[in-house]
Amino acid sequence: MAKIKGAIVVNKERCKGCRLCVVACPAKVIAMSKQVNSKGYNYAQMANEDACVGCASCGIVCPDGCISVYKVKVD
Amino acid sequence: MTIEDIIKPENLVYKKPDIMNDRPMHYCPGCSHGVVHKLIAEVLEEMDIVEDTIGITPVGCAVFAYNYLDIDWEEAAHGRAPAMAVAIKRLRPNKLVFTYQGDGDLAAIGTAETIHACNRGDSITIIFINNGIYGMTGGQMAPTTLEGMKTATCPYGRNTRLNGYPLKITNLLKELDGTCYVTRQSVHTAAAVRKAKKAIRKAFENNINQKGVSVVEIVSTCNSGWKLSPEKANEWMEENMFPAYPLGDLKDTTGDNQAK
Repeated sequence: MAKIKGAIVVNKERCKGCRLCVVACPAKVIAMSKQVNSKGYNYAQMANEDACVGCASCGIVCPDGCISVYKVKVD
Repeated sequence: MTIEDIIKPENLVYKKPDIMNDRPMHYCPGCSHGVVHKLIAEVLEEMDIVEDTIGITPVGCAVFAYNYLDIDWEEAAHGRAPAMAVAIKRLRPNKLVFTYQGDGDLAAIGTAETIHACNRGDSITIIFINNGIYGMTGGQMAPTTLEGMKTATCPYGRNTRLNGYPLKITNLLKELDGTCYVTRQSVHTAAAVRKAKKAIRKAFENNINQKGVSVVEIVSTCNSGWKLSPEKANEWMEENMFPAYPLGDLKDTTGDNQAK
């Protein structure tokens, strides 16, 4: 059965750590980093990589457009 | 399959629109403005009309919108954006002319301009960000502030005997013959953002098809002004703002009911 795999790339410097993507993710993929970016925000990152299905909900709700979403079908 | 195999240009399904530049936005973390800016950028790119768009920025938090979207912008005096939009539309009728205004701009100081621009019925689009508070100046009471809502200038909650009632200006604009499409949307979830995008697209199409004034109200959060975290602000908005400002189309006389 074809399976969908996804991945996100977060623009760490642009992220303001609002956590709206964490709330929006239906697969609980995203968590906030322990590190901070140059502005002092904890940025979003993929914590549970295998669960991502590339639905792009995180990217859609991100107010700063930090998230790029990739999706691929694997057989 | 590793992450590197997935992250390839051909697998890209979502990214920041190109006309939204890389300048960091001055908005607070979690502010709805960023989402609405992004939606406008996406819709303009999809309609392939970036070169023929003139936006009018308000006074308020979105005053610097011209820094973030690479389209033509004009800056209006506080509340005067709809008057300026009508002037530009009459001089350049083939351009897509829209205003981007907050509730202090549109519903307080700009009430007269808004109502008369909507009554004249030139094909402009008004994007109205309603967060029930004056965000930029530090969270004072706005005309749209809810009954009992605490702000810097009504610390015990809005008292309707003293301060009047929340102004549902979109409901007023609906009654005017110059408006063709009046809708109220929100951007707090991915589903809501998709709906709001459809509404903005429809409003912009009405604009270039010269159908009349389209008003898209976006019920938004101001987490700094409301003194809540972004996620709590979204919950608060669902509980308190939506009963007062119910979402959905208020008026649609364009004969095309695709955008719901």
